[in-house]
Amino acid sequence: MVDPLLSLRGVCKSFGGIQAVSSITFDVAAGESLGLVGPNGAGKTTLFNCVCGQLRPETGDIVFDGSPLIGLPTYRRARLGIGRTYQKVEVFTDMSVRDHLMVAERARRGEGRLWRDLLNLSKPTTDEIERVDATLELVGITQLARTSVNALGLGHCRLVELARALATEPKILLADEPSSGLDLHETAEVAAVLRTVQRERGTAVLLVEHDLSMVAEVVDRTVVMDLGAMLAEGTFDEVMANPLVRDAYLGQMGLA
Amino acid sequence: MEQFVGFALPGVPFGCTYALVAVCLVLTYQATGVFNFAFGAQAYASAFVFTYLTQYKNWSGWEAFLISVVVMGPAVGWLFDRLLFRHIANSNTIAKMVCSLALLVGIPSLLPVIFGNQNLDATATIAPFFNPNVVYFTLWGTPINGIYLSTVSVTVLVLVLLTILLRYTNLGLQMRAAVESRRLVQLDGVNGNGVVAVAWIVSSFMAGLAGVLFAPNFGAFQAQNYVTITVAAIAAAVWALLRSIPIAALVGVLIGVTTTVLQGYIPPDSFFNAAVVPALPFILIVVALLILPGMRSLDASRDPLATIDPPPPPMAAATRAPTMDRIIRVLWWILFGGFCVSMLTWIPGSFPAWTTVFNNGLTLSIVLLSITLITGMAGQLSLCQATLAGVGAFTAAQLANHLGLNLFVGGLIGAALAAIVAVILALLSLRLRGLGLALMTLAAALAFDATFFNETYITGGPQGVSIQGKWLGTSEFFNVNGHAMFLLALGTLVVAVVIVLLVRKGTVGRNLAAMRGSETATAGLGVNPTRQRILVFALSGAIAGIGGLLHSLEQQVVDPNAWNADFSLVLVVLVVTTSVTTVEGAIQAGVGFFVTEQILTTILPARIGASSLTVVLFAFGALTYAQHPEGVLEYQKRKGTARFERLFFSRGHPAGEAAPAEELAPAISTSHANG
Repeated sequence: MVDPLLSLRGVCKSFGGIQAVSSITFDVAAGESLGLVGPNGAGKTTLFNCVCGQLRPETGDIVFDGSPLIGLPTYRRARLGIGRTYQKVEVFTDMSVRDHLMVAERARRGEGRLWRDLLNLSKPTTDEIERVDATLELVGITQLARTSVNALGLGHCRLVELARALATEPKILLADEPSSGLDLHETAEVAAVLRTVQRERGTAVLLVEHDLSMVAEVVDRTVVMDLGAMLAEGTFDEVMANPLVRDAYLGQMGLA
Repeated sequence: MEQFVGFALPGVPFGCTYALVAVCLVLTYQATGVFNFAFGAQAYASAFVFTYLTQYKNWSGWEAFLISVVVMGPAVGWLFDRLLFRHIANSNTIAKMVCSLALLVGIPSLLPVIFGNQNLDATATIAPFFNPNVVYFTLWGTPINGIYLSTVSVTVLVLVLLTILLRYTNLGLQMRAAVESRRLVQLDGVNGNGVVAVAWIVSSFMAGLAGVLFAPNFGAFQAQNYVTITVAAIAAAVWALLRSIPIAALVGVLIGVTTTVLQGYIPPDSFFNAAVVPALPFILIVVALLILPGMRSLDASRDPLATIDPPPPPMAAATRAPTMDRIIRVLWWILFGGFCVSMLTWIPGSFPAWTTVFNNGLTLSIVLLSITLITGMAGQLSLCQATLAGVGAFTAAQLANHLGLNLFVGGLIGAALAAIVAVILALLSLRLRGLGLALMTLAAALAFDATFFNETYITGGPQGVSIQGKWLGTSEFFNVNGHAMFLLALGTLVVAVVIVLLVRKGTVGRNLAAMRGSETATAGLGVNPTRQRILVFALSGAIAGIGGLLHSLEQQVVDPNAWNADFSLVLVVLVVTTSVTTVEGAIQAGVGFFVTEQILTTILPARIGASSLTVVLFAFGALTYAQHPEGVLEYQKRKGTARFERLFFSRGHPAGEAAPAEELAPAISTSHANG
C-alpha cells in the first residue's frame, strides 16, 4: 500500500473545558481531494491549525510525507509542502497581487538572506516571474497582478490567497472555506481552480467547505466532523446518506 | 515584623498614586482600546498648574484644585476624545499608541511654552482637613502626616466611587459594552461616543488627582518624578492584563510598598539600591510581558465592524503621473546638489550656526532611519532607538578614550554592540507585537537609563563623555567643524539610505511587508518570522548606533541625557510626523527638527523655549498620524501632486484623495462587471 501524504492519528485539541478536536484519524493520499465538512464549531479549522502548526495538539500524531509534524514550526511545515488558505481572508495590506506571489515564491525556497538584499542580488529572476505569471493565469487573476489588495473585493482577495498558496507549489493545499462570501460565479471559479490544481499539478486538496454542492464537485472522498469528533468517512454520496450525518450535520432539514 | 511594616507604610501614598494612574490606563484601554501613555503627563500637567497657582498666584489649595483637577483634568480628557481619539477609534494599535506618545511628549513641553520655566515647590495639598505639616499619629514608627492621610483617603474614596459606577450603574454596563466597538453599541441605541467620552473624562480626572496627590511627597517639583509614576502605573496595568481595575490598583499599591521595603532593607550605598530598586517597575513590566500569555494577544482587532473601514490611501509616489514623477526627481536632485554646494562653499563662512544645524539634522536622520526600518517596514513600534544610538556612541567614545581606538573602528564595534542589544530585545519579545513590543522596548530604554546610562564609568556622569574629531584618524581632515563633518555625515547618511532602500525592495523587505499584513499567513508560506524580525532589529540597532556616534561627534560629547528614553519617544514622534514609511520622511524629520528649532530660536524671545516649542509642533504633527498614517508631509505631497497634476496634466484626482480604483487597476472594474 502506498504511504499516505498526510496522516492524522488520534489528534486531540481542547480549549479549557471544550474538546474542539477529539481523536481524529484519517489519511490523505498524494493527489487526492478530501472534503472535510461539518456544522459550525465542528473543529475543522482547529484541525487545520493543528496540521499547519498554529496550534499544538495535546495528543496524536500528524505525519506529512514521511515527516512527523508535531513540534515543527509553521514555516517549516510550509516548506515541506503544506499550503493553506484561511477562513478569514489573510492578505498582505498595501501589497500588490504580484508581490503576494513573489513572497510565496521566495518563501518556498526558504530565501530571505539579508546580505543578498544588501548586494542588490534579490531582483526577481526570469524563472520566478514566469512561475508567478503561470500561477496568476491558473487562478485567472493575471489582470490584477499590479493591483494593491487594498483595492480588491472579498472575492478577488480569496483568489489572491489561493494563488499565493499555490505559488509555494504545495504537495497538499488546505483550503478553509474558500467560497465563503463569494457569489455563485466566483464559487464556480474557485472550484474550477481546485480541480485544475489537483488534475494538472497533482496537488492533494483538503477542503473545508459549507457549500456542499462545491464539495460534491471537487472532492474524491469526504470526512464529516461534529463537535470535534469524526462522524463518517467515505464518498460524498455515502456520507450524505449516513443517518448520523443527516441528523447531526443537516439537522431537521436532513430528516425532512 | 514591626521593622517590615515600618518600611512598608511610607510606600503606601506612592502606591496609591500609582494605583490611580494604573486604573486610568485600564479604564481607558477597556473602554476605548487606547493605551494612553500620556496619563503620566496629564498628572504632571495638573500638578504643575496646581503648584503654579498656589505658589505664584497665591490661590488657596481648594481653588487651585478646582481649576487644575476638577476642571482641567476632565476638560483635557474630553478634548482628547472629542478632537483626537474619537476620530481614530477604528485605527490600528500602532496609530493609537503614536497619538498617545505624541501627547506624552507634547504636554510636558507645552507647559514651559505657556508658563515659562518655573522653579516650583510642591508643598500645598488639596485636603484642608489634613494639615501637611502635622503628624496626626504614628504607626509602627512611621509618622502619618496630612500628606499621607489625604493621599490614602482620597484614593480609597475615588476607587470606591469608580467601582460603584462601573458595577452598579447603567453607564458602567454601557462602558463595558463599548469595549468591543463603540459603533456596535450605537446600533443598540446606546450613545457610544458619549459613553467613551465619560471614560476619558473620569480617567483624566483621576490622572490629574494622582498628579496633585503625588507632588507633595517630593517637595521640589520635577518632571522626572512623573516618569516614575508613569512607569509604575504601566507595570501595575500590565500585571492586571489591562483588564482588571482591582488588580491594577492592588499592584500599584504593592509597587509603592515594595519599593520602600527594598530601600529599607538594602544598604543605601549598595549597587542594588542605586540600580535595582529604581528599576523595579521596568523589571515587573518585562517579567509580565514574558510570562503572561494575555499580553501576547492584546492587539487582536476586536471591532466586528472593522471591515467596513476604507483601505489606507496609497503613497504619493504611487499615484503620480510618470511625467510628474520625472519632474520631481529632477527638482529633487537640483535641490540636493544646491544644498551640497552651499554647504561646501558659502554657508560655513556666512552662517556657521546653520552648518551645525544641517550637520545635526543629517546625523539625526541616520538614527531616524533605524525607525523607518522597524516601524515603517516591519510595522512594529520600538521605543528604545535613542538607547541603541547611545550604546553605539558610548562604546565608540569609551574605546577611543581608554584604548585610543580610532572612531571608525570604535563606531563599527559600537554599532555591533547596539545590534546585539537590539537582537536580545528582539529575542525577549519574540511573542510580542504592537503594544507589548512597545512596552518591552520602553522598559528596556528606562532600564538602561536607570542602570548603564547612570554609571559614571560608562557615561562620564551627567556631563557625558567628550569625543573629538581627531579620534577619527591621524589626519585633521575629519575635524568636526566645517566641510569635513558635513561630508562624513552626508556620506554615512547616503550609505544608510541605500541600505534601507535595498532592504525594502529585497526579499527581507517584502517579507517584512507581508508580516505587517498577516504574520500568520506569512509563516504559513514558509517565511521564518523570527529570523526576519531579528534581522531587522539587528540592522536597525546597527544604524542607530552609527547615527548616535555621528550625532554625538557633531555635538562633541556623548551626553546620557541626549540618549535617554524620553528622546526615544521624541524620535518616534519626529519621524511619524513626516513619514515613517519613506527614507525622505526620516531625512525631513531630522533636518526639519533642527531647522525649525533654529528658526524659532532666532525669532522667538528666550522666555519661550524654542526646543520645547519645536517638540510641541512635531507632537501636534504626530497627532495626525492616525488620520494620515503616511505622515503629514506625505499627505501634503499627495494633495500637492494631485493639485499640480490637475492644473498641468488634466489627470489629477480631488485634493488629497487617492486615485480611483479603476485607474490604479483598470482590470478591477472589468472583473466586477464580468462577475
